[in-house]
Amino acid sequence: MSQRFSIPRFRLPALVASIGTHLPQWPHSLALATALNAAARMGLLPDDSLAQLEGRSFLVEVLDAGGQASFTYRAGRFRPLLKAPETPDLSFSANLSAFLQLLARQEDPDTLFFNRELSIVGDTELGLLIKNMLDAVELPTLPSLPGLTAYRH
Amino acid sequence: MPRPNVPELICPAGSLPALKAAVDHGADAVYLGYRDDTNARNFAGLNFDHKAMVEGLRYARSRRRKVLMAINTFAQPGRVADWRRAVDGAADLGVDAVILADVGLLDYASKRHPELRLHLSVQASATSYEAVNFARREFGIRRAVLPRVLTLAQVETVIRNTPVEIEVFGFGSLCVMNEGRCWLSSYATGESPNTVGACSPARYVQWEKSPGAMSTRLNGILIDRFGDDEAAGYPTLCKGRFEVNGDTYYALEEPTSLNVLEVLPEIAAIGVAAIKVEGRQRSPTYVAQVTRAMRAALDALASDPEHFRVKPAWQAELARVSEGSQVTLGAYNRPWR
Repeated sequence: MSQRFSIPRFRLPALVASIGTHLPQWPHSLALATALNAAARMGLLPDDSLAQLEGRSFLVEVLDAGGQASFTYRAGRFRPLLKAPETPDLSFSANLSAFLQLLARQEDPDTLFFNRELSIVGDTELGLLIKNMLDAVELPTLPSLPGLTAYRH
Repeated sequence: MPRPNVPELICPAGSLPALKAAVDHGADAVYLGYRDDTNARNFAGLNFDHKAMVEGLRYARSRRRKVLMAINTFAQPGRVADWRRAVDGAADLGVDAVILADVGLLDYASKRHPELRLHLSVQASATSYEAVNFARREFGIRRAVLPRVLTLAQVETVIRNTPVEIEVFGFGSLCVMNEGRCWLSSYATGESPNTVGACSPARYVQWEKSPGAMSTRLNGILIDRFGDDEAAGYPTLCKGRFEVNGDTYYALEEPTSLNVLEVLPEIAAIGVAAIKVEGRQRSPTYVAQVTRAMRAALDALASDPEHFRVKPAWQAELARVSEGSQVTLGAYNRPWR
């Protein structure tokens, strides 16, 4: 119904995951923690929700890319974990396309969950908090780059 | 923006981006709640603090849309002041209406804030015109939201026998529809929408992955187990699969969503004042998707009621976000009386 740019549902070839799992995982963790800290500094993440993440460990697993990122939140900052915890307080796993659709606000997390495209294991209330915290983020207006204009509406 | 002959579209907002999505995609009004147990979607990280509430009101008002505040749980012993404070806050903010269920709170609101427009929440479980008229006589309610157990003929009977505006659900996840009177969540967890503002609160929910399956437990009670290819639903008792006389099946209710597009002309014809979309717990994406489809359908009905046809694109958009990926007309078209 709209002409906006749309991320298709796709699955990376199994070969990618078999290579991906053998690569070092800490760069993903560092990148994700850095991005989250940047969002927090911009005031995009509410303080009262952040306070409830103190000391909790998280694992984000991109199934078809074979990539993992794990991090914790301690003393006001997201910190990458060099080694994935054995039992993280919360783990999200999905294929790359589902994560991209979530980030672009193209798909609703509950929809992905109902369709079994997103799995959440661990502390369910913590998962709900994270989901709602990300939903409440007011995305900054992106600079209007050529080719991206169709996405805005 | 007046749209004659079709019901108002009332959309959910669990966050500021969701409120803006609803307004941007054509909601006539949004409903929202505070970040506490005074509303029946009291989920971690969801809902509005004062600052977000003020910005939400400004955004909606500047686009001539209404904001309704749900204070639709029941005041708990020793804490009545918290609920009264929520009503006072809503009146101070100048919301267009508050949606209440507790008769004590309705009484307080009607006496303390006589100018404040009152809507009777679905949680008040008023299924007859006598109940609706009682709330009008005692508290001056202007609108009632009917529980989803009524057939269209029963909704029409209520409308014909009351001057109170009637609002019905138009889209969203279904439960056993015994709103305000359901004990299932309390049975399993000791907590319910009426008491803590959440059905099957998240801290009692466990998703367990095992090879080829995912199990759902509510306070330790196994309520469902899904194969890898099976759609999942919300972890509530009413949508669990249980063994009854040797058969295991959805004994109470299947995970499904209500979708009234097929009967939209009838809903408008019997004089329903407003259609509500369920889902304050859902993301801004869901709100945008559902609001867009419902607005398109209502506009099509308003412009040419004689030739109204449900477009496959609307149904496809709504089916995609449905719980259980299936939709139903719920009780509206059931033959029972």
